Amino acid sequence: MTETADRTAPGPALEAYRPPRNQWWDVWDQFKTHKGALFGLGFFVFTLLFVFVGPLIWTLDAQYIDIRARNAGPSLAHPMGTDQLGRDTMARMMAGGQTSIAVGLTAMALALILGTLVGVLAGYFRRLDGLLMRTADLFLAMPLLPLLLVTIMLFRDPLRANFGPEGGIFVLIVFMIGVTSWMQTARVVRADVLALKEREFVLAARSIGTPSHRMITRHLLPNVMSPIMVSATLGIANAIITESALSFLGLGFPSDFPTWGRLLFDATDWLTQNPERVIWPGMAISLTVLSVNYIGDGLRDALDPRIRGR
Amino acid sequence: MFDTSGAKKLVEVRDLTMHFPIRTGLLRRLTGSVKAVDGVSFDIYEGETLGLVGESGCGKSSCGRAILRLYDPTAGSIRLEGEEIAHAPFDKLRRLRPKMQMVFQDPQASLNPRMTVAGIIGEPLMEHTKLNAAKRLERIYELMDAVGLNREFANRYPHEFSGGQRQRIGIARALALNPKFIVCDEPIAALDVSIQAQVVNLLEELQDRLGLTYLFISHDLSMVRHIADRVAVMYLGRVVELAPRDALFADPMHPYTTALLSAVPEPDPASHDDAERIILQGDVPSPANPPKGCNFCTRCPRVMEICRQIDPVIREIAPGRHVACHLYAEDTHKTAAHAAQPTEV
Repeated sequence: MTETADRTAPGPALEAYRPPRNQWWDVWDQFKTHKGALFGLGFFVFTLLFVFVGPLIWTLDAQYIDIRARNAGPSLAHPMGTDQLGRDTMARMMAGGQTSIAVGLTAMALALILGTLVGVLAGYFRRLDGLLMRTADLFLAMPLLPLLLVTIMLFRDPLRANFGPEGGIFVLIVFMIGVTSWMQTARVVRADVLALKEREFVLAARSIGTPSHRMITRHLLPNVMSPIMVSATLGIANAIITESALSFLGLGFPSDFPTWGRLLFDATDWLTQNPERVIWPGMAISLTVLSVNYIGDGLRDALDPRIRGR
Repeated sequence: MFDTSGAKKLVEVRDLTMHFPIRTGLLRRLTGSVKAVDGVSFDIYEGETLGLVGESGCGKSSCGRAILRLYDPTAGSIRLEGEEIAHAPFDKLRRLRPKMQMVFQDPQASLNPRMTVAGIIGEPLMEHTKLNAAKRLERIYELMDAVGLNREFANRYPHEFSGGQRQRIGIARALALNPKFIVCDEPIAALDVSIQAQVVNLLEELQDRLGLTYLFISHDLSMVRHIADRVAVMYLGRVVELAPRDALFADPMHPYTTALLSAVPEPDPASHDDAERIILQGDVPSPANPPKGCNFCTRCPRVMEICRQIDPVIREIAPGRHVACHLYAEDTHKTAAHAAQPTEV
């Protein structure tokens, strides 16, 4: 007891040693120096607040029809104007953003988890390589739209019965976007893992007796973080845009249910009369995507100790 | 000089064979194999340093890695303190891992760039001990002191260090679990000369202090002469000569060893110029297709007819001196050895 107390006593020599601090503090320190990433993070937080906290302050119902105020420009009563049925665009932007961001984040997360899992397994276990990568090829070769049509036709009604009309479609869309966009991530991750597992530090870990699962989580995953980050940020944009396209084709959410993509497509018919109706959702989609890309960029740099501290 | 007579055998390698398959064509059919290690046997005694030398591509590193079961050997047996490791299942192997560790050639590549020094040195402790975070840090600091690294460096990443410092990190990691046996796979080849001396002195000091046993793989003969107690010379996947260091350097018996030693530069310019060098003709045969008979018969300056027919077995021809050469075979006439002697090189 006294011995340990002596050893940890802050003598003049020992005083200088900092205990290893959590790596995430270093990551945050580096992230803070990336201007674009900070700006992106700021904007993304602002969008989240607008979309999720906004409806508590701006209490107008997104579905409330005020036919007399239809096609109005921005005013104090309707800061972003109204649509052809007199529904308040700002309330619809908030409600639509909730769906779009939720779809984007969850579909991206699903695609990322699937892609990373398949990529790591295919790269690390030689035996699974052929099977998994041929599956990826199969998915890449599959025509997306007919597949979506068939799945939606088959599964829309049972899912609606179980999760409610919007919930069912949400699950369906997230799942479909997720399972059709993991292949790029899987390929990139597999290629990196194949290169990494021949490096000597993996051999060193094997000489210690590190089992495969910890080899993957401790040595491989941190080193394939960069490509995963890049596909994650691109994936969010991709998911939001795919959801818009699906809504436009009538395969997505019901036509009166607002999403950013749906708002955008609805507004194109009124482009000459109310151009701002196209601008709001268009700006929201592109700025959100841009901010997420910047966050990813900053995070990728911050996670690399070689770039950190430069 | 290390005395092998009373010492205990720590590692026994018998007929170790490591073949890497060659697959060609569309169907990846097995068309041959690279015989990187082809029937190697030797013992390593407790507390000694066995130097393993040979030219590039002769199978030194493959041999070292196969001994630690980083590769699955094709055949043969490896015993560490009597326990078989050549074909041990994963769980048994994992239990044996703390006893045997490795120091790698390229200190840059052997450290995970995403882990801090504390993380790298602490990994074996996390895998094999149940120390809590504070105790582990304590042990990491001890190890860093032992290899001469400032404790302040614990939070840094490998790219922030020089080559010599990185190799010290690698050595600290290898020492973390108090191993008995360390394979040093050309630990100094990637370092410059002044740092080489530091690292070798560190290895020697640690050996004295902790009673370690080394298999020191190197192509630097003067370094092996400095550090090793016994030396094994490899050529094309075989051990051609195994002898105590002083005897080997004073009186090499195998023609290949003679040629190899004559290639060591002399510090004295006059004797350097006068030295009679044995320049071997031709190239090393491909390990995928070694010659019939003795592996060295294509380049041997003292080749005989029998060498092209029969593969010589390694045998002890003087106490502690093992040579695989027909020149010293019992059944070959002693005169054959003498007749071959004056052959001009």
